[in-house]
Amino acid sequence: MGFWQIINEKGWYFLTSLLGGWPATVTVAVGSLVFALFIGLIIALLRLSNWRVLRILSTAYVEIFRGTPALVQLFVIYFGLPDVGLEPSPFQAAIIGLGLNGAAYMSEIYRAGIESIHRGQMEAALTLGMTPIRAMRYVVLPQALRTMLPPITSFAIVLLKDTSLVFAVGVVEIMALTRNLVTETLQSAPIYIMAGLLYLCMTIPLSRFAARLERQRQAWQ
Amino acid sequence: MFDLPQIYAENIQRWLPELLYYSLTTLKIALVSFILAIVIGVFLALLRISSVRSLRLFATGFIEIIRGLPIVVLLYIVYFVPPQLFPELDWRWFSDFTGAVIGLGLHGGAILAEVFRSGIEALHKGQREAALTLGMTPTQSMTYIIFPQATRIVLPPVANYAIGLLKDTSLCSLIGVNELMNDAKGIAFADYQPMAVFVLVAAIYFAMSYPLSLAVRHLELKLNISR
Amino acid sequence: MIKRSSETGDNQPLLKIDNLQKKFGDLVVLDGIDLEVHRGEKVSIIGPSGSGKTTLLRCINYLEKPSGGHIHIDGMLIGEKQINGKYVHLSDRELAEERRGIGFVFQRFNLFPHLTALGNVTIAPQKVLGLTRDEAERRGRDMLTKVGLGHKIDEYPERLSGGQQQRVAIARVLAMQPKLMLFDEATSALDPELIGEVLRVMRQLADEGSTMVIVTHEIQFAGEVSDRVIFMDHGKIVEQGPPRDVLFNPQQPRTREFLQHIQER
Repeated sequence: MGFWQIINEKGWYFLTSLLGGWPATVTVAVGSLVFALFIGLIIALLRLSNWRVLRILSTAYVEIFRGTPALVQLFVIYFGLPDVGLEPSPFQAAIIGLGLNGAAYMSEIYRAGIESIHRGQMEAALTLGMTPIRAMRYVVLPQALRTMLPPITSFAIVLLKDTSLVFAVGVVEIMALTRNLVTETLQSAPIYIMAGLLYLCMTIPLSRFAARLERQRQAWQ
Repeated sequence: MFDLPQIYAENIQRWLPELLYYSLTTLKIALVSFILAIVIGVFLALLRISSVRSLRLFATGFIEIIRGLPIVVLLYIVYFVPPQLFPELDWRWFSDFTGAVIGLGLHGGAILAEVFRSGIEALHKGQREAALTLGMTPTQSMTYIIFPQATRIVLPPVANYAIGLLKDTSLCSLIGVNELMNDAKGIAFADYQPMAVFVLVAAIYFAMSYPLSLAVRHLELKLNISR
Repeated sequence: MIKRSSETGDNQPLLKIDNLQKKFGDLVVLDGIDLEVHRGEKVSIIGPSGSGKTTLLRCINYLEKPSGGHIHIDGMLIGEKQINGKYVHLSDRELAEERRGIGFVFQRFNLFPHLTALGNVTIAPQKVLGLTRDEAERRGRDMLTKVGLGHKIDEYPERLSGGQQQRVAIARVLAMQPKLMLFDEATSALDPELIGEVLRVMRQLADEGSTMVIVTHEIQFAGEVSDRVIFMDHGKIVEQGPPRDVLFNPQQPRTREFLQHIQER
């Protein structure tokens, strides 16, 4: 059958099948984003800590998670942990895996953001009698967060794209359904292209939004 | 988990040589994709700054689409779509290795195109003007003045891309390429030792990427001092 | 490409600007400039910021493309060609040949940071004029010595002071042996103590008979070195003449106002 013929006859079926994976994709993306935002902040603060041990440990964390592929990390969690008694579900493995991986990258974003706030701000807060933690919470972080918005948005887009990996640990998201559908119908071209378009519908608007945020941030400086 | 050392002691002599052999495939993929990415990246960057509007728009759109796709999806599209769309052509040469390299190369080219473009544009407009006022043609100003300086600027991002590329080769396992990740899966499930094998493989990837990271950081420091 | 020769007389001006106009969108920056500069003449252009003096200079070597009017150098139309009776701007590639004869010194020097001083001075003679490396280096050394930097030929720009960098920039222009030299506020970006060394070089060039058009804020220097001073405001030439007239006995009220302002600083 010709390419366009297939699209005509089966296009709707393909689309609805693939869209069935959309909730899972978004769940993994959002879940790992939240995970990464929290753990990343902790790691970043540890890296800026006064205790050498904490600094070394957190740096090691970042180097290891950034120095190894996410796919390997997912496999270690999903296939490896059962060896020691823990049995994560595909979803859990996906969110924890991408989350831990993402935390390493997020910690760098946090660090850059915090360091971009002038030392003077911290010093002024301290001289007003705030503890370092209070100074962080009320003076430095609020300002840093504003500058970090564009890179965090970009990072979220990366996470969204990374969800396309998690079918390898059993999560039934868009890519998993794509592969199933291809096996079922043997029509690889239209289905893979459709999957691509689905991702583009999510990533392109988000990228443009992130670019706009970046421009606003430049203007604001 | 605490019997890991024992597991390794028993099996490492069998596992390691095989894993290292497939690491070479990984490095091969990375190297060829890297070169392809640079070629495509330069080409796209020049299109992006071209004075011909249609070329500019094409390059911009192309880059935006490639960058918006997950690498996995791009690999699947590059490897599976052309043979189905053009069955009349001879596809025997199109191995999964080739498909993977083209896919990674396209993806890298789109990323590097932006790096190259901002590297060229970061140079103060005055450099180009000074070159032109001395009677150089635009091509000459590019060759002798802009490119040499831009190269220095783009070196760190390009090196960082290379490190990411090394890790991304693991995604090729998902379209069936026989590289490190794929081999690891085979061994892990054949010997019922997923934890041990995958941690070992992680260490191998780390051993490949960490020295590169250090080298890049060293490079960045050196470049900053000479500025 | 047909070049038009406007006059064939011996005494034709080196630079002839007819009714030059330049607009940036709706903003009129040059409002009809007519100017002649003869060989060996030194012309200074003064005026407030925004008067268009820098734009005028940048139009002469077509760094900016004029919106109207024509420019002739040595009788030859530059920057444009005629296609079917209409004037069309030349591309940067076509302009390259014409630009060889026009030297331009920038306010911010624009030295090439990846080349030494000697490298900066020799790259154009080699790549544009086709000199051999030895010939270019010989010429380069001479020019750098001439501006007082013979001992710095192997230094990179970042190791040179602002005044030294600007002098290298001048040497770089001299190495191309231009017919006409344009200076765009050559000393405005320099610390006060460094201005003198650059002005000294410019004075030397003036004494040697170079044809120079100098946009500057250094009124005193303009008076000492120029044959003619031009005062521009709002894109027009308000007044021009010998320094003693324009600077010490200005006819136009705007000129007077401007000069008073400068003295008050």
